[in-house]
Amino acid sequence: MLWPELSSFLRWDPWREMRRSMLLGRAVPFAEDFPPLNLWSSENDVLITAEMPGIDADKIDISVMNDHVTVSGSRQEEQLGEGEAYHRQERSHGRFSRSLRLPFRVDSSKVDAKYEKGILKISLPRQEQDKPRRIQIKTE
Amino acid sequence: MADEKSVQVQQGKSPAGAERTRMRRIFAPEVDIYEKADAYILLADMPGTDEKSININLENNILTIMGSMDVKRPEGYELSYAEFGVGDYERSFTITEAIDRNKIDAAVKDGVLRLTLPKGEAAKPKKIKVKPM
Repeated sequence: MLWPELSSFLRWDPWREMRRSMLLGRAVPFAEDFPPLNLWSSENDVLITAEMPGIDADKIDISVMNDHVTVSGSRQEEQLGEGEAYHRQERSHGRFSRSLRLPFRVDSSKVDAKYEKGILKISLPRQEQDKPRRIQIKTE
Repeated sequence: MADEKSVQVQQGKSPAGAERTRMRRIFAPEVDIYEKADAYILLADMPGTDEKSININLENNILTIMGSMDVKRPEGYELSYAEFGVGDYERSFTITEAIDRNKIDAAVKDGVLRLTLPKGEAAKPKKIKVKPM
């Protein structure tokens, strides 16, 4: 299922689409577009989901500073023994790092991250003083 | 961290070629295949799937991997930026006769499927001793 609003917000990158659907080989030592991220927002926080299968949860590094979030880590390549050889190698490996700037400062003490089925989910709550405030209009 | 869970390999019935009734995007998972002395190992990146949502089918010599991402849409949030979509995974491979079909093993961990395709006795490497004449 494609979420309805996804298509309108999708930054369409034809090359990424091609890589995913046609599986052109890619051999990038330091992946700039890994992991792919989705960003969900509500009034008080932002939720980042990242597709990053096969990574040890303790090898994922998340750092938050003011309005910047960085997700970095590395994905290990299978260690092949002697006489073993690849027939096909499409999965990327190596170090990766991605940074995002959010429209508000994050309360770093309340950041929560979960890694499940190869998907990382980070919840980033807005700092109290950065929350939107309703302004009452007085009538005289 | 999740443990490796095993996945059943089905033999026979194959829906390959038929169109699906559900309208979902289908992605081809990225795959590594390497050869060991006694087996072939296939690794497939299928984030969002687990042992319940992956199906592996073997018919004649076509091995099909299918999976469906069961990712819930977070409630109370709006999607403001997206780089990946949600859908199903599917990919097929032709495997050689040399594989011992009954001993194929499949396991999934952290969204990566690992298939072990053991070679049959006939295909295993044998060392031939050279005798002096």
